[in-house]
Amino acid sequence: MVKKWLPNAYLCLIFFFLYAPIVVLVLFSFNASSRATGTWTGFSLEWYVELFEDRQIRGALGYTLIIAILSTAISMVVGTLSAIGVYKLRKKARGYVLNVNYLPIISPEIVTAIGLMILFQSIRLNFGFTTMLLAHIMFSIPYVILQVLPRLYAMDPNMAEAAMDLGATPWQAIRMVVVPEIRPGIFSGALMAFTMSLDDFVISLFNTGNGVTNLSIEVYSMARRGIRPTVNALATLMVAIVFITVLIANQIQLRKKVRG
Amino acid sequence: MANEVLIEIKDLTREFDGDIVLKGIDLIIHKNEFVTLLGPSGCGKTTLLRIIGGFDDPTSGSVLFDGMDLLKVPAYRREINTVFQKYAIFPHLNVYDNIAFGLRMKNLPESVVEEKVRRMLKMIRLEKQAKRNIDALSGGQQQRIAIARALVNQPKVLLLDEPLGALDLKLRQEMQYELKEMQRESGITFVFVTHDQEEALTMSDTIVVLNDGLIQQIGSPVDIYNEPRNRFVANFIGESNIARGKMLKDRRVEFEGHVFDCVDRGFNEDEEVDVVIRPEDLKIVSSGEGAFKGFVDAVIFKGVHYEIIVMVEDREYVIHSTQNANVGELVGMVVAPSDIHVMELGV
Amino acid sequence: MNENIKRFSYPYIVWISIVIVIPVLLIFLYSFIQSTGEPVVFRFTLQNYRDFLDPIFLNVLWHSFIIAAISTAICLLLGYPVAWVVSRLKPHRQSSALMLFILPMWINMLLRTYAWITILSRQGILNKILARLGMGPFHMMYTDFSVSLGMVYNFLPFMILPIYTSILKVDGHLIDAARDLGASGSHVFRKVMLPLTMPGIITGVTMVFLPAMSTFVIPQLLGGGQYIMIGNLIERQFLLTGDWHFGSAISVVLMAFILLSVWAMKRFDGGGSQAGTAGKGALPW
Repeated sequence: MVKKWLPNAYLCLIFFFLYAPIVVLVLFSFNASSRATGTWTGFSLEWYVELFEDRQIRGALGYTLIIAILSTAISMVVGTLSAIGVYKLRKKARGYVLNVNYLPIISPEIVTAIGLMILFQSIRLNFGFTTMLLAHIMFSIPYVILQVLPRLYAMDPNMAEAAMDLGATPWQAIRMVVVPEIRPGIFSGALMAFTMSLDDFVISLFNTGNGVTNLSIEVYSMARRGIRPTVNALATLMVAIVFITVLIANQIQLRKKVRG
Repeated sequence: MANEVLIEIKDLTREFDGDIVLKGIDLIIHKNEFVTLLGPSGCGKTTLLRIIGGFDDPTSGSVLFDGMDLLKVPAYRREINTVFQKYAIFPHLNVYDNIAFGLRMKNLPESVVEEKVRRMLKMIRLEKQAKRNIDALSGGQQQRIAIARALVNQPKVLLLDEPLGALDLKLRQEMQYELKEMQRESGITFVFVTHDQEEALTMSDTIVVLNDGLIQQIGSPVDIYNEPRNRFVANFIGESNIARGKMLKDRRVEFEGHVFDCVDRGFNEDEEVDVVIRPEDLKIVSSGEGAFKGFVDAVIFKGVHYEIIVMVEDREYVIHSTQNANVGELVGMVVAPSDIHVMELGV
Repeated sequence: MNENIKRFSYPYIVWISIVIVIPVLLIFLYSFIQSTGEPVVFRFTLQNYRDFLDPIFLNVLWHSFIIAAISTAICLLLGYPVAWVVSRLKPHRQSSALMLFILPMWINMLLRTYAWITILSRQGILNKILARLGMGPFHMMYTDFSVSLGMVYNFLPFMILPIYTSILKVDGHLIDAARDLGASGSHVFRKVMLPLTMPGIITGVTMVFLPAMSTFVIPQLLGGGQYIMIGNLIERQFLLTGDWHFGSAISVVLMAFILLSVWAMKRFDGGGSQAGTAGKGALPW
């Protein structure tokens, strides 16, 4: 028998490995030294001030949020309706559509990125906000569809028909019966789309222009220019947001469990 | 029963990717009739029901409803409601809201909705469960909600797609009775799909036996049971002994090497026929008395009766009898002329 | 009625044809043409592929493969025991542990990767700690080591999660049965657990190897400007030198290489497991 502490110690070590860099990011955002090396020179909020004054980053933050919100909203609606349509397709046609749908998920990001770049160039679309938004919608919808489809399959196949049988038009049937049934799938798809849009770097980098950037692109160019503690400040804010969101989500789930 | 025609189906066909599911169906359904579409799975009965309901379109043919072309009317505007196989009750709505769904679609004032839904809840004895979630209910209760949800709209026709299939035996028998009651009281035409012949015989005014996309026979339960038109119907409805025979002339048929009196006529002279005898119509007598004889091969006790298998040469006859017999015994069998059913030769 | 609802898929079919199918075709097309002169004339050529046969580029491909393979192997060696340990925890602890693996992935990967610079650089935290112990300083940044570390760090959860899932699927009685039949601990692992969790391993390896093979961010941040993997090569053609035709050709080579690797892995698995389906919908890059 292996001693009990060994597996646990191993697990802790792995967690240390995963979280140490995040802790370092947060700690050094409060470091007074302007060189983000390993030297601690005193507590300071200087980098947060600099971050908030940085118009470039504020702009990038704005674009990141707008694009995430727009692309999520669009891919949520389009993805859900498309999934409902795909669900009703004949098996063979559905197979083809789903295979194409998988392509952006399984192909390397950089290939997806340059494919779109060539496409936008070929149709003479100016690189900027529109191309970036289109690109985000493009990689988001497949995830929504993949989250919604299993819900549709789990649904009683006669559900929509039952609604129409009782006098609902096809639109009403979808709105009043199908959508409530598949709502969890729509939400988890939208959540995936939203986080991926927030986080996206590669596809955005290739499909933007005209000074439109997002946070990832800003971080990348800052990191390339040299290490600035403002990046740490930005990272700390993001970490804080993620952890608070997760805490709230956990709390909601706990409460649901208690009630149920 | 009022003999007014409600639905008239003419030469209906349905093809799925080269698979012909309905091969020319002609059927008339009357007002206030309980019609059962009976057949094995894949015979096309559900497809026919779905076409009437508006969930599927035929490849060719026509369906008239009250004399008007039904196929041009979308499902949500047909005065037809359906009880689906797995009920398709909306899980995000409670019992009350499920039943109220159709009425609300018609934008009826909420006071009317309330009154009608209450009446339905009372009828299906679920008044106390009105605000319950669907998944808190048993299969039998869900079944009744599905029926109430459809009936509350007072449709002209109620379509039922194997609605009792998911219930256990005892509940199924109760529901058969209840459904028949509902149909009689409401005066609504029921079109009921099932593969269970007992269900069909118990409830229907008219049974439509379907196989392989074709109607095999239409008739009352008694007709179908007593006068099956072909081998398929005879085999599908109840147990049957089917023998190959020859019609010598009207009311005289020969099989198993003997000539029997019967009540059938209208066949050609010396026409080859199938002869059907129900297991309960064969009587065992001593070997000397019987019209034809064989050896008892097996005896199985079935509760109300014994099932006795008698071999006549290599052919098996099943007999239901309250009297026991001994395995290996040579016995004779008799059958009354009215219990011999002669049919056209099947394949 | 079904026909009506089916129509909802038609706009999407048009959409994916334009944004998914056509781009793939365009990459192929671009890789086989050259544009010259003004006005631009396109002509068919194999030159882009011939250019790639230069030892410098072949070396980049080979080096990318080696780094990706090493990182994947490390992920597997680290990740399998983790998945095993987690699967032996009490159920509520298991879900907390899984949450802890997923949580960092929600923080921008560039930022998390960037943090390693502070740790690994010459005057970084790690060297400071080592100096206290009387060692170093070591040159860690901008090496194969820092790049592989960045990959392991970023992709380790993608190895752990599918293996964990496949371990959970193994019926606990099978292990008891193997013990009962006299198998030692290592026998149980090699003869029972390893084959039964192979689908998870294949999925995990795929999910780590593919992004590792094609990433350009990690080598850029942790390898520095001189560190070239195949992803960087493609990026440069498109964003720096502007030779989209050569860049497309490299992409085609990369995709072919990846398909070949996946195919080889499936063959190695004997086709017995459902690696493809287990990972679908969760691939990370």
